Amino acid sequence: MEKRELTCIGCPLGCQVTVTMDNGEILDVTGNTCPRGDKYAREEVTNPTRVVTSIVRVNGGNLAAVSVKTQSVIPKDKIFETLEEIKPVIVDAPVKIGDVIVPNVAGTGVDIIATKNIVAV
Amino acid sequence: MYDIIVIGAGVTGTCTAREFSKYQVNMCVIDKGDDVASGTSKANSGIIHAGYDCTPGSLMAKLNVRGNELMYQLSEELDFPTKMNGSLIVCTVEAERGKLDQLLAQGEANGVPGCRIVEKEELLAMEPNLTPNAVAALYAPTGGIICPFNLAIAMGENAAVNGCEFKFETEVQDIVKKDGYFEIVTNKGTFETKAVVNAAGVYADKMHNMVSEKKMKIVARKGEYLLMDKELGNYFSATVFPLPGKMGKGVLTAPTIHGNLFVGPSATDIEDKEGVNTTQEIIDDLVNKASNSHLTKDRLPMNKVITSFAGLRAHEENHEFIVEEVADAPGFFDAAGIESPGLSSSPAIAEMIVGLIEDKHNFPKNENFIATRKGITHMEDLTIEEKNEMIKKDPRYGAIVCRCEMVTEGELVDAINRPLGARSLDGLKRRTRQGMGRCQAGFCTPRAMEILSRELGIPMTEITKKGEGSNMLVGKIKED
Amino acid sequence: MKSYDVIIVGGGPAGLAAAIAAKKEGIDSILIIERDNQLGGILNQCIHNGFGLHTFKEELTGPEYAARFIDQAAELNIEYKLHTMVCDISKEKVVMVMNREEGMVLYQAKAVVLAMGCRERPRGALNIPGYRPAGIYSAGTAQRLVNMEGFMPGKKVVILGSGDIGLIMARRMTFEGAEVQVVAEVMPYSGGLKRNIVQCLDDYGIPLKLSHTVIDIEGKDRLTGVVIAEVGPDRKPIPGTEVHYDCYPLLLSCGMLPENELSKQAQVELSPITSGPIVDESLETNIEGVFACGNVLHVHDLVDYVSEEAGIAGKNAALYVKERYGKDSVKSEDVIKINAVQGARYTVPSSIHLENMADMLTVRFRVGAVFKNSYISVYFNDERVQHRKKQVMAPGEMEQIILKKKALEEFEGLETITVKIEEE
Repeated sequence: MEKRELTCIGCPLGCQVTVTMDNGEILDVTGNTCPRGDKYAREEVTNPTRVVTSIVRVNGGNLAAVSVKTQSVIPKDKIFETLEEIKPVIVDAPVKIGDVIVPNVAGTGVDIIATKNIVAV
Repeated sequence: MYDIIVIGAGVTGTCTAREFSKYQVNMCVIDKGDDVASGTSKANSGIIHAGYDCTPGSLMAKLNVRGNELMYQLSEELDFPTKMNGSLIVCTVEAERGKLDQLLAQGEANGVPGCRIVEKEELLAMEPNLTPNAVAALYAPTGGIICPFNLAIAMGENAAVNGCEFKFETEVQDIVKKDGYFEIVTNKGTFETKAVVNAAGVYADKMHNMVSEKKMKIVARKGEYLLMDKELGNYFSATVFPLPGKMGKGVLTAPTIHGNLFVGPSATDIEDKEGVNTTQEIIDDLVNKASNSHLTKDRLPMNKVITSFAGLRAHEENHEFIVEEVADAPGFFDAAGIESPGLSSSPAIAEMIVGLIEDKHNFPKNENFIATRKGITHMEDLTIEEKNEMIKKDPRYGAIVCRCEMVTEGELVDAINRPLGARSLDGLKRRTRQGMGRCQAGFCTPRAMEILSRELGIPMTEITKKGEGSNMLVGKIKED
Repeated sequence: MKSYDVIIVGGGPAGLAAAIAAKKEGIDSILIIERDNQLGGILNQCIHNGFGLHTFKEELTGPEYAARFIDQAAELNIEYKLHTMVCDISKEKVVMVMNREEGMVLYQAKAVVLAMGCRERPRGALNIPGYRPAGIYSAGTAQRLVNMEGFMPGKKVVILGSGDIGLIMARRMTFEGAEVQVVAEVMPYSGGLKRNIVQCLDDYGIPLKLSHTVIDIEGKDRLTGVVIAEVGPDRKPIPGTEVHYDCYPLLLSCGMLPENELSKQAQVELSPITSGPIVDESLETNIEGVFACGNVLHVHDLVDYVSEEAGIAGKNAALYVKERYGKDSVKSEDVIKINAVQGARYTVPSSIHLENMADMLTVRFRVGAVFKNSYISVYFNDERVQHRKKQVMAPGEMEQIILKKKALEEFEGLETITVKIEEE
C-alpha cells in the first residue's frame, strides 16, 4: 500500500488530499471537500496534466510579445516540449484573443492560442 | 595639452571646474564613475553646516563658514535647491550642558552668525517632536539642507556650458611628473596637463602619493543611513544633532531637501574604498536608535523606512582639509581630506584652489562666462497654470512616469538631453527623483529604461543602472 | 468645471467592475481614469491562468479576464481616459487629472470610487543589508519586462519572498530558460496560495525555504550573488546557516501595500493594519460619497473577489448618487462595529449601518498566523452565532464570513460583531 499526499489545485481552497494506492490501483481518496478534488487527485496520480501559459514574440505590434496558452490541459511531461516548440515562433500583429498560434502543439492535439489582443502599429 | 585636469567630479571637483570656467582655461574633469557625484559626494547627510563644529583657526572652520555663505548665493545663481532650516545640537543630559557652551564659543570664534543657546521650553516649542529629555540646544540658524548631487550637477553643467570638458568612466592609473607638466595615464588614454587638481575623495591619497614623497593616507569612514517616507518629512523642521562625539557629529535625525526624514549616519572606518554596502549590525543599530526615540518624542515607525544606504567619508587622520600645492610636485594641487563639512565648504575650497593656481598662472578672465544656469523644471513645483503652459509647449510634461514623485516624461527627456545629461537609471533618478519614492522604481523602471533607450539611441539591453558593467538586462526573451 | 456622477480612479479589475455595476444601477455619467495606456491594470501582465473560476466558471488568463470586463464596459459605453494621472482628489470630490492632450483638468464628481490597486514592497523597505547593484527587481517589475516587453532580466534567479507574483515568476522564468535556484521566505509559512506553490515550485523542483532570508547582497555594479540564512523565531539570522548563491537577478516578492496617497489627500481615514481605507457595509469611507474597492482597500489574492467587491462599491456609489447625494444624508449614528480579534487581523468592512445593508454581506478578513483544525467564530455581542471548522487557515489566503441582514435585525440590542479564530 502506498499513500500519496497532494494539494488539490482545483480551487483556491487547496485541500490536502490523500490518495491510497496499491500497485497503481487507486483504493481511496480522502481529504477533498468536493468532487473536483477527487477527480484531480485520481488524475494527478495517473495522468497529470497542466494548462501551459507563456508568451510568443510579435512583429509590428503594440507589445513585443503576445501571451498564449494551451487551449486545454496537456500532459505534464509535454510542458517543456511545448515550450521548445513555441520558442522560435514569431507572429505578425494584429493578434486576437483565441487566434491559434501553434496548432497541435507537441503532438498533444491541443492548440496554442493567443490570450491577448495585440494591435498592429 | 590641458591647462588643468581636475581628478574627481564630486562636489569639490565640479565646484572647482565651475570656478575655473570664469577664466580662459583649457580644462577637463575626469572621473572613474559614470556621472558627477558618484563617489564620496553621492551619499551623505546633505547638510550645509553652519560652522560651529570646527576647531577655531583651522582651515576647515574658515572654509566651512565661507562655504555656507557662498552656498546660498550659488543656489540662486545656479538654480539648485537649498533650505536654511537651521541646526539644533541637542543636549539630553544636564551634566553635559557645558559642551553646548563650548560649541557656542567655537561658533562665535569661527564667525558663525546668529548662534545661541535655546532652553528647553523654547526648544520644544520650535520642535514639538523632540525628545522630552532635551535639556537645551545650540541653535545655528544658518545651518541648512541641500542635495549634494544637485549641487554637483549644477556646477558641472555650468562648467560644461562655459567650455569645461568632462570625461567619465575614466580611471586614473598613473600620474607622471614631466618637465613643467603632468601625464595622466588612464584606461581611456594618456592626457597631458600643466596643472592637476586632486579632488579624488577617498582616493586623494592614491593620486597624491603618485607624485609626492610625502605620503598621505585617507581612510574611508563609512556612514549608513535609514531614509524614511515623506509622511515623516515634517517631523522636524531643523536638522537635529546629538552632542558630537569622537567619530564625528553623531547620528542625526533630520529632514532632507526632498522632504524625507533620515536617521544616520553611523561611522565605521573600513579598508575597501568602494565598500558602500550596508550591514545588518549598523542597520539594526540605527533601527534601534530610531525606534527607541534617540532624539525624538516618538518611536519612529520602521514600516516607514523606504531605503537604507551607505556613503564614505574621506577621512584624513588630522581631520583637516588639505588644500595646497604639493611641495615636491609643483603644479599638483591637493583638495584632500574633504570630509564633513566638505559639502558645505566645497564652493570655498574651489575659490581657494582656483586662487592658488591663478596666482601662479594668471589666466585671462573668460569674458563670455555665463554665470547662471536653469535647472530641470520639476512639474511638481509648478502652479496649475504653469503646468498647463509647460504641457502646451511640450505634451511630454503631461505624461507622468514616476507616480510616487510625480515626475513626467518631459523632465526625464530634459535630464538626458541637457549638458552632462543622464546616461543611466541612477543618473536619471538623481537628476529628476524618478524612482526615489516609496515604491523605489518598481513601476517606472521599465518606462525609464525605454525613454533612455529611445533618447540615447541604444538598445534596451545596453541600459545600465550606473554605467559600465551594471547592465539591467541580459537579453531578449526566446533567445539563447 | 465638467462634472460626472461617478468618477472611478483606476481602470484595473476593480475600477472596471465598479464602473459596470454603477452603470447597471442606472448611472450614465461615469468616467474611469487610467494612468496606463490600456485598461485592465496589472492583469495585462498576469499571463498565467487561474482567473475567473468564481466569476465566469472557467479558468482564464489575466489578459482574457480583463478583456471580458473591458468588452463589457465598451458595450455599456462607459467613458474612460487612458494615460491620465489623477494628481489630487479633494474631500469635496474635485478630481484633478493630468495628461498630454489636455494638461491639468478638474472634474467635479458626485461620488468617487477609489480603485488604484497596490504596489510591491521594495528592497529598501525590507532593510536587506549589502550593496545596491543592478539586478534587484520586484517580481512585478520583472513580470512586466518579461511578459509585456519581451526582455530577460537574467537567467540565474533567486527569489526572496513567497508572495504569489514571486511564485508565478519562478515558473515564468523557468519557462524562459532561467534556472530558479531557490525561493526564500522569512516567515515560517508561505505568503502565496497553495496552488501556486504546487504548480509553480513543486512541479519544477524549485525549493521553497521557509524561515530563510537574504542577509547580504553582493556585487558593486551588477549583482553577483546573495547570502541566504535561516532565521529564528525572532526572524533574526541564525549564525552558521549562511549559504551563498551566485545569482542574477534577485526577485523580491515580499508583500504588497495598497496605494493610498490619493485617499490621504481626500482625507480618507486609513486602517493601520490593511493600509487601506476604513469602510462600512457599502464600502464607503469616512468621506461621504467616496468608496473603495479592490487592492487599494485591502490586498486580495483572487481577482474574482476583487471584481465582486468592486461591483458592490460601484453599485453603492450609484445608489449614493441616486438617493443620498445633495441631501442631508449623513448616515445614521447607529453603527454595528465588526471587531477582529484572536487570530483575525482585520475585517472589511469594519462597520455596518443596518439600514443600508444588503440581504447578505460578505465580510472578508485575514488571519495572523497558520491555524490548523480551527474554527472561524462569529459573535453577536457575547453570543456565538457562527462556528465553522477550517482544516487550515494561513495569512496568505483570505477568509470570509457571510452575514444575513435578517439575523442582524432579529438580534436585539446588537452593538458589536466579533470575528475570531477558536480552537474548538
